[in-house]
Amino acid sequence: MPKASRRMLTFAEAIDDALAQAMAADDRIIIVGEDVHTIRLNLMARFGKDRVRAAPISESAFVGASVTAAMAGLRPVVEVMLVDFIGVAVDALLNHAAKIETFSGGKWNVPLVVRAACGGGYGDGGQHEQSLWGWLAHIPGLTVVVPSTPADAGRLMLAALTHEGPVIYLEHKLLADYWLDYMGIGGRDTVTFDVPPDGASGLVPETWQLLPLGKAVIRREGSDLTVVGVGVGVHQAIAAAELLSHKAISAEVLDLRTVAPLDREAICKSVEKTGRLIVVDEDYMAYGLSGEIAACILEAGLSVAYGRVCTEDTIPYNHTLEKETLPNTNRILEAAREFFKQ
Amino acid sequence: MHLFSREHLSASSGIVGASAPAAVGFGMAAQQLNPGKISLAFFGEGAMNQGMLMESFNLAVAWKLPVVFICKNSKWAITTFSKSVTGGKLLDRPRSFGIPSVAVDGNNVRAVWRAARRAVKRARSGKGPTFILAKCFRPDGHFLGDPLLRITRNPAKEIKKMAGPLIRSVTSSKGTGITKRAGGLGRVGFLIGRTYKEQFLWPRDPLKTIRKKLKSDRERLARIEGLVSAEISGLLPNSLNDSEGLSTHA
Repeated sequence: MPKASRRMLTFAEAIDDALAQAMAADDRIIIVGEDVHTIRLNLMARFGKDRVRAAPISESAFVGASVTAAMAGLRPVVEVMLVDFIGVAVDALLNHAAKIETFSGGKWNVPLVVRAACGGGYGDGGQHEQSLWGWLAHIPGLTVVVPSTPADAGRLMLAALTHEGPVIYLEHKLLADYWLDYMGIGGRDTVTFDVPPDGASGLVPETWQLLPLGKAVIRREGSDLTVVGVGVGVHQAIAAAELLSHKAISAEVLDLRTVAPLDREAICKSVEKTGRLIVVDEDYMAYGLSGEIAACILEAGLSVAYGRVCTEDTIPYNHTLEKETLPNTNRILEAAREFFKQ
Repeated sequence: MHLFSREHLSASSGIVGASAPAAVGFGMAAQQLNPGKISLAFFGEGAMNQGMLMESFNLAVAWKLPVVFICKNSKWAITTFSKSVTGGKLLDRPRSFGIPSVAVDGNNVRAVWRAARRAVKRARSGKGPTFILAKCFRPDGHFLGDPLLRITRNPAKEIKKMAGPLIRSVTSSKGTGITKRAGGLGRVGFLIGRTYKEQFLWPRDPLKTIRKKLKSDRERLARIEGLVSAEISGLLPNSLNDSEGLSTHA
């Protein structure tokens, strides 16, 4: 990015800024969801309440309706607040949005963006802090995006809006400051959470250009170990890599940016070089992203030392217990130590 | 089940009740992109017990969407007799959301046409959704192998297959008492009897009637069948010309 055309935005501002740019250019883009008059009030003020349409708490109706609205020519960004709440609307995604293109012989597509906040680390428990990106990526036909920086967040939003199929766009609550304030801080100045500063705000371009979906990026070069992750996990991996460098261990950090499609090539290329892999995944461990990555390495015929730092159980409400359940820098260091014991 | 036509904005789904949110979405798109156009949702009375249907009624009213909800009441939800699992009256449900709701005889073309015309007019003028409850026959089972229909159509064969396991179940030790066992058997009998009764509606199928009556006059039958098929093939293009911008979802 040339210096003159850069500006500093928060993660949340970057998403809505890219969204505003796209909405100004394309009348078909509308926002639908609970409380969007509050959480997208700037967009409502600029584009009106018909294009920022506040819905009742009826996810199965308004997510389902957004699927056919997309089929009939609109480009809805449907918001379910937290990804946990998608449970009651899964039929719309699993049996409709993800399948209509195939069912119609490729003749009808669903250009829909489902936007939701995800992730934990602020003491909100198992119905408000899940990640679920692997669970959603499991369904063929869904694209799942999990940005980790403001620049990526805006560019990936643009990519999601341009994509001809359904995209799940997940913003982590430790990165999106308004969500953290609503759900965790609550205006108090007595509490702090582990917010990654480089993820919560950063330099972004003056005019947004889309970032192709399914392209991972190396956040830090290394030769002894690869740490792969998305969202906040990327920042925890960078922090761990920094600490490992003091012990003369050179860790490479790969930010997947999209869970589906998965950049298998980038993963294999990195582990081929380092021979060791740790997957940092805030989503559930079993049957998820970490296992998929292991499978893709095996399928490529590579042999690597493998470890994973994931969420294994229901996330506790108690903040101290929650810290032990979710991935963190210490857990990544422990996993790395396993490789370099001798 | 998976029929689609992008040109006609017509879609279908294998999920009971999914046509309601789908029609709401088509209605949203019509309201925003093509004012004056409307959408139609077709579903059975079994779908009336799906939550997403109630949510869709509410959404259509809250956003004043140009949607017509058409419930085809065949009395059967898969193999369940709907009345036995449904509280209250079907018409009271959309009415409680403030949706004008009417019941019609679904086999009376004139009555359906009149109700639909009012509903379409209301939707086109931006006044919001209407609900039509149409009494219909169910021409066949919910799925090809509908076990209740198979029993009633070929009792000798099917009862032979089910009698053994059924008798073993009723006479097995452990389980509930004799009265409740009798009640369970009675329920099986009720469902089979009910299905058998509904089967009598079959001969009312006009095509079946005429085929039976003209069994000996094949030439005349072929002529009539030709007329009917010409009528049907002309129906869709004509109705599309007449009422441009209908989108349907069944």
